[in-house]
Amino acid sequence: MQETTANKVAAHATSSFTEHLQRDRPELLPQYAPFASGTPAAQPLAVPHATTIVAMTYAGGIVMAGDRRATMGNIIASRHIEKVFPADQYSVLGIAGTAGIAIDLTRLFQVELEHYEKIEGTLLSLDGKANRLGAMIRGNLPMALQGLAVVPLFAGFDTAAGVGRLFSYDVTGGRYEEQEHHAVGSGSMFARGALKKLWRPNLPEDEAIAVAVESLYDAADDDSATGGPDPVRQLWPVVYAVNRAGARRVSERELATMAGNIIESRAAARREA
Amino acid sequence: MTQQFYVSPEQLMKDRADFARKGIARGRSVIVISCEDGIALVAENPSPSLHKIGEIYDKIAFAAVGKYNEFESLRQAGVRYADVRGYSYDRDDVTARGLASVYAQSLGAVFTAEQKPFEVELAVAEVGASQDLDHLYRLTFDGSIADEHNFIVMGGQADKVSGAVEGGWQRDLSFAAAIRLAVKGLVTDNEAPDLPAKALEVAVLDRSSESNRGTRRAFRRLSDQDVVELLAEES
Repeated sequence: MQETTANKVAAHATSSFTEHLQRDRPELLPQYAPFASGTPAAQPLAVPHATTIVAMTYAGGIVMAGDRRATMGNIIASRHIEKVFPADQYSVLGIAGTAGIAIDLTRLFQVELEHYEKIEGTLLSLDGKANRLGAMIRGNLPMALQGLAVVPLFAGFDTAAGVGRLFSYDVTGGRYEEQEHHAVGSGSMFARGALKKLWRPNLPEDEAIAVAVESLYDAADDDSATGGPDPVRQLWPVVYAVNRAGARRVSERELATMAGNIIESRAAARREA
Repeated sequence: MTQQFYVSPEQLMKDRADFARKGIARGRSVIVISCEDGIALVAENPSPSLHKIGEIYDKIAFAAVGKYNEFESLRQAGVRYADVRGYSYDRDDVTARGLASVYAQSLGAVFTAEQKPFEVELAVAEVGASQDLDHLYRLTFDGSIADEHNFIVMGGQADKVSGAVEGGWQRDLSFAAAIRLAVKGLVTDNEAPDLPAKALEVAVLDRSSESNRGTRRAFRRLSDQDVVELLAEES
């Protein structure tokens, strides 16, 4: 049967950037194919890994924070890496796992959301964004099976419901909505312990940011792959707050004060842990 | 069997051009004005959702008159072109010049090779760091491209409207003044003495979006409320 022009036009209409690339420029997509089976897999690839991300809800939105360290085995690969990115006006994305793949994936996800917005003239719903990210993680499964996994944490302000929401993922793209707070990465169990003690419902924004910084401090204390606040180089975590007004990156100055307070109070307490 | 008559290429092209021009002349005008604060895009458009003005990329906007389905497909193609280019190279490598020449090629190809030419006229605007760095390109149905300065008027009674805008244009217009000037121009193309905000579609490319709003996406669509307030302000 011959395809009609109308059918062809309708079949080609897509508001997804990834679908457009798959069809017209597949070579530009990150290559998700697994390595050839002949490749010796005796040693895991030495590539930078990004580690701890924490996120929590507060009164009116969500806060997400990430430390600045990337490790390659027992080497510190970077002290300046950023692991939390704005996905669009109302959502942010934190990444743990293989840094190279995660950054690629983030870039594609950002363009995907912006592309949809421009083609359709409206924003994707928060659930729509979360599902789209899940599909992209699933696309990376062959690489994850070879040790190059990416585990994101996604959070945003749901403009329809008027609340901040958190989503975590597994390497198969499974999407899980989290309540209250969550953390991912190698330092996450320590960060989560801190969050359990420090978080309470309806925190004001500045206190929520302080809680995020303190939980990262605790993660850095016990996990060698997580970097703490670095007063020598003046390096602080990357923190984003998202509320009804949109996503905002918390300024270095604010973070320096908060990190300074935490370091000071811990020094004053003169306790080992 | 019907006999195929010979038609000279000159006649064929002239017929096509007349056909396209007639289609465009039926539509209401769109005005793109470069001013001190950036670039203002103003269209007469009663529909709140079928846009004549759209965002293409960080600093680039699109405006069109003519047949909706034709310019909408061109707008979407432009967004795809820009997003692919920005994704595969860098966001800074997406320029209005590149986009305009792609549009010129596709319009030219449609004009000569297809059954009927596109009944559209397009404007591609890119806001720069200063007014001298603004780019305004006008593209017509046959693929010709023109690099315009200061402002572009397209559609129905473009000559009449253009005259009105030319009289009031100055380098140091603010957004509010530029939009009021554009509305004054649009009214000359109209039987009614003034245009309500509901019948207008207004968007701006903000020259300093990075410092003002913290985003590199300079395009912002104004709501009816914003337009009412702007028009009410007295200059």
